[in-house]
Amino acid sequence: MKWLLVALIVATTTVGEVLQAAGMRKHGEIRDFRPNALGRALAALARNRFVIGSVLAMAASFFAFLKLLSISDLSFAVPASAATYVAETLLARYVLKEHVSPRRWAGAALVIFGVALISL
Amino acid sequence: MHSDAARLRVKTWLFTVIVVLSNAFGDFFMKRGIPDTARLATPLEYIAVLFQPWVAAGVALLIVWQMSRMALLSWADLSYVLPVTSIGYVVVALLGKVMLNETISAKRWAGIALIVAGVSLVSAGTEVSTVKRAEAPR
Repeated sequence: MKWLLVALIVATTTVGEVLQAAGMRKHGEIRDFRPNALGRALAALARNRFVIGSVLAMAASFFAFLKLLSISDLSFAVPASAATYVAETLLARYVLKEHVSPRRWAGAALVIFGVALISL
Repeated sequence: MHSDAARLRVKTWLFTVIVVLSNAFGDFFMKRGIPDTARLATPLEYIAVLFQPWVAAGVALLIVWQMSRMALLSWADLSYVLPVTSIGYVVVALLGKVMLNETISAKRWAGIALIVAGVSLVSAGTEVSTVKRAEAPR
């Protein structure tokens, strides 16, 4: 049950966060933080298909995470969900076409090893 | 152009701090708020648990987390945001130590050191964005 939930969380979070990144890139940089402007930005985002998809995936991820928290320690649940990291970095490179420099790969690798050490 | 990069960097730091703290404390509050007796077997039980005060506070923080993360991703790469916000794993470990009296083993400290090294490598040495972005409507 525990690992099934982790698998579900990893899948939904990965899809949700990549869609979120794609949607926000499509929207463009948020520069104006006055309430009216933020309201307009939210209205635009509510019509952004990538953002809508990401909200649905993140909602599924949230309820699976809630269930996982009810049956496991916080110190298991949080690092276990970090498995999304590897998949998301690869998707950032190959789907979102970001330029992942050697320095970024090295940083990502250090983080992955660090998370493994914390959680295993 | 230089001032534009500096402006983005300040904004990025500010939002990284908000993203990290709202996520770490949101998760922590949720864990604190879920009763040991909660079974979460039916959809109704999921809804009911959201009204536990600490869980509600956790959810509020997680909404702040998602909003600030969306803002951050509107100008920063996912492959930048991921490693930089992973400093949150360190915050969660320290929260466990301070608030729940969990002990941090030598292995865990080593993990924390690696994460900090990875985060500083990416945050100090790479551009915030490497792709062309849409111009947001004003």
